[in-house]
Amino acid sequence: MADAVFDRIQSDIEGNQVFLYMKGTPMFPQCGFSARVVQILSHLGVPFQSANVLEEQELREGIKEFSQWPTIPQLYVKGEFVGGCDIITEMFQSGELETLLEEKGVAHKAQA
Amino acid sequence: MAMPANEIEALIKAALPDATVTIDDLAGDGDHYAATVVSEQFRGLSRVRQHQIVYAALRGRMGGELHALALQTSAPT
Repeated sequence: MADAVFDRIQSDIEGNQVFLYMKGTPMFPQCGFSARVVQILSHLGVPFQSANVLEEQELREGIKEFSQWPTIPQLYVKGEFVGGCDIITEMFQSGELETLLEEKGVAHKAQA
Repeated sequence: MAMPANEIEALIKAALPDATVTIDDLAGDGDHYAATVVSEQFRGLSRVRQHQIVYAALRGRMGGELHALALQTSAPT
């Protein structure tokens, strides 16, 4: 079973420039940490796709194993794991997140 | 589902003996913590790697017994 979940994760993160594993949906996040990452991505005007791990127990466990990361949310950019809520927040505040998006060629809204 | 702060500190120090660990109990409920970990072993590693080392030190408690541990990691300046 793990293989099927891993295959799916692989195709999610490779098929989408920015992919967020979260609790709830971008419209209705069901956890404060997930909500914060959605807020940061929206603020930067980054288009992203997401999966709601609360709807699928297999995915919820599978993504933790896949990333070797015990918590949700998890953000992937161009197939690479960038971090969870703390790291994304820190990178956003320092401007590193924007630099990363630029380096990876991900379209977003320029910040003043 | 709570864990005392000194237990968290002990687990981190067991894996990173040189670390300076500061833990704040954010809500006073033994369940929502913020930890700052400074260790020479983090030097040159990405944040993801640094956090993975701390999570490994907590041996599976993160995400289970420990619902919320906001982490900040760095090498000594």
